[in-house]
Amino acid sequence: MNAKRIDKLATAVISLLVGVVVLILLSLIGYILVTGLPHISWHFLTSPSQAFLKGGGIGDQLFNSFYLLVLTLVISFPIALGAGIYLFEYAPKNWVTNTIRVAIEVLSSLPSVVVGLFGFLLFVVEFKLGFSILSGAIALTFFNLPLLTRSIENSLTAVPKLQREAGLALGFSRWQTVLGVIFPEALPGILTAVILSAGRIFGEAAALIYTAGQSAPILNFANWNPFSPTSPLNPMRPAETLAVHIWKINSEGIMPDASAVSAGASAVLIVVVLLFNFSARWLGNRIYRKITASK
Amino acid sequence: MANIITTRNVRLYYGDHEALHGIDLDFPKNQITALIGPSGSGKSTFLRCLNRMNDLVSGVTITGSLKLDGKDIYSPQTDVVALRKKVGMVFQQPNPFPFSVFDNVAFGLRLAGIKDHKLIQERVETSLKQAAVWEEVKDNLTDNALSFSGGQQQRICIARVLAVQPEIILMDEPTSALDPVSAGKIEELLLDIQDKFTVAIVTHNMQQASRISDRTAFFLDGKLVETGSTKQLFMAPKQEATSDYLNGKFG
Repeated sequence: MNAKRIDKLATAVISLLVGVVVLILLSLIGYILVTGLPHISWHFLTSPSQAFLKGGGIGDQLFNSFYLLVLTLVISFPIALGAGIYLFEYAPKNWVTNTIRVAIEVLSSLPSVVVGLFGFLLFVVEFKLGFSILSGAIALTFFNLPLLTRSIENSLTAVPKLQREAGLALGFSRWQTVLGVIFPEALPGILTAVILSAGRIFGEAAALIYTAGQSAPILNFANWNPFSPTSPLNPMRPAETLAVHIWKINSEGIMPDASAVSAGASAVLIVVVLLFNFSARWLGNRIYRKITASK
Repeated sequence: MANIITTRNVRLYYGDHEALHGIDLDFPKNQITALIGPSGSGKSTFLRCLNRMNDLVSGVTITGSLKLDGKDIYSPQTDVVALRKKVGMVFQQPNPFPFSVFDNVAFGLRLAGIKDHKLIQERVETSLKQAAVWEEVKDNLTDNALSFSGGQQQRICIARVLAVQPEIILMDEPTSALDPVSAGKIEELLLDIQDKFTVAIVTHNMQQASRISDRTAFFLDGKLVETGSTKQLFMAPKQEATSDYLNGKFG
């Protein structure tokens, strides 16, 4: 066999493998969308779920998922940004820094159910936060921090070194250089990282079962007092999210239309995660183009 | 002629390896000093000692005496940020910030604490004029600096440095990434600003050194071989190595 034929063969094999990956992905998403989309209606998206009757919706769960997402990002983004900037600019190159990096890597490979059980023992039981959105948000912060920190650091490192030198040579302090020069340039990458992590948070179930709980108390959407137990904004109430709801219906759902609700909820979940992913790309490209002035 | 920067016996080590072997070089005020020599001769490394950019490289140690206005550049009391405000730098690759032209030049002023918008506007205009790029950008001050040509970007970078009014400007091969016309414009502007600023320029282009500089220093293998007025060094070099290099026998 000559080099040319081997090259052709290799190309064919690689194309085939890629084809398999794409096929699996498409059939999975296709199946979920085809079985789920017919069940989605305005009523389904806005009404509360039913435990025993048919015709329940996912309104509260959908709201819970978004609320939990916002809370998690509010807690984890500042921490991840600080840690990312520290690792990028201030961390000395020694064993302490290396230990931090290894710790982050280990943390990022923790199974989410372990994070959930840890959160259960520490926040729910020990800190007496109970099954609450707050417990869930803190557990998801643990789950989200390593990857977010890593991708923020990567976005900062991706800014050309020359920019950092330019800032420092102009007599900017390190902090001014990071904040004024490097951060704006890394912003598209950072935003993409945040949105992609939002997709991961939105679809997470295992870490929430033991922290945010599996019950969805009746919410009164006219009550915006965050201390009232029926208020949707109360961070101390238990909150079943969409992903947890899907898990629960499939393991112990007794409503007559359980499979239809599960299919519809799964489709909604997939659509939202896809939206996160596409908007991350769109926004990242847009800001990148604006910043680099390329047309 | 007063020297603004004086250096004595400057040695620089990367770990254990000595890269600069005792450099004595002075920079007279309001003159252009050219640093020439083959690649790897240490001229850029030496230049980066003057505003402590080598601090960013790990494992570098510098010994000897380097003084700006009689004050030790490497003293523990030296405020590096303040030092770099006095010693500006222009790099080989144009590296404007990804902001508008105006913000590129105004940024340093704002960080220096200047709030008066009118003063900032004046300073931006003056600096862009000094950098000979005002006519080309004055109608597009809000455009992103990266949308201009390489030569224009480099002159915007020079304006950015001039705006914070340093005493001395270090230039590390500022024209080697540019076309001859753009390079010529930068040479012209250097001649125009030299009564206000002191310039130290590293260049591979010997015609450029002979055209614009008052004094020239020839580096070879981490040593300063010869220094003198540009005319003397080019017409009657004292060292054989200088004459060989100028005649293109190596390098």
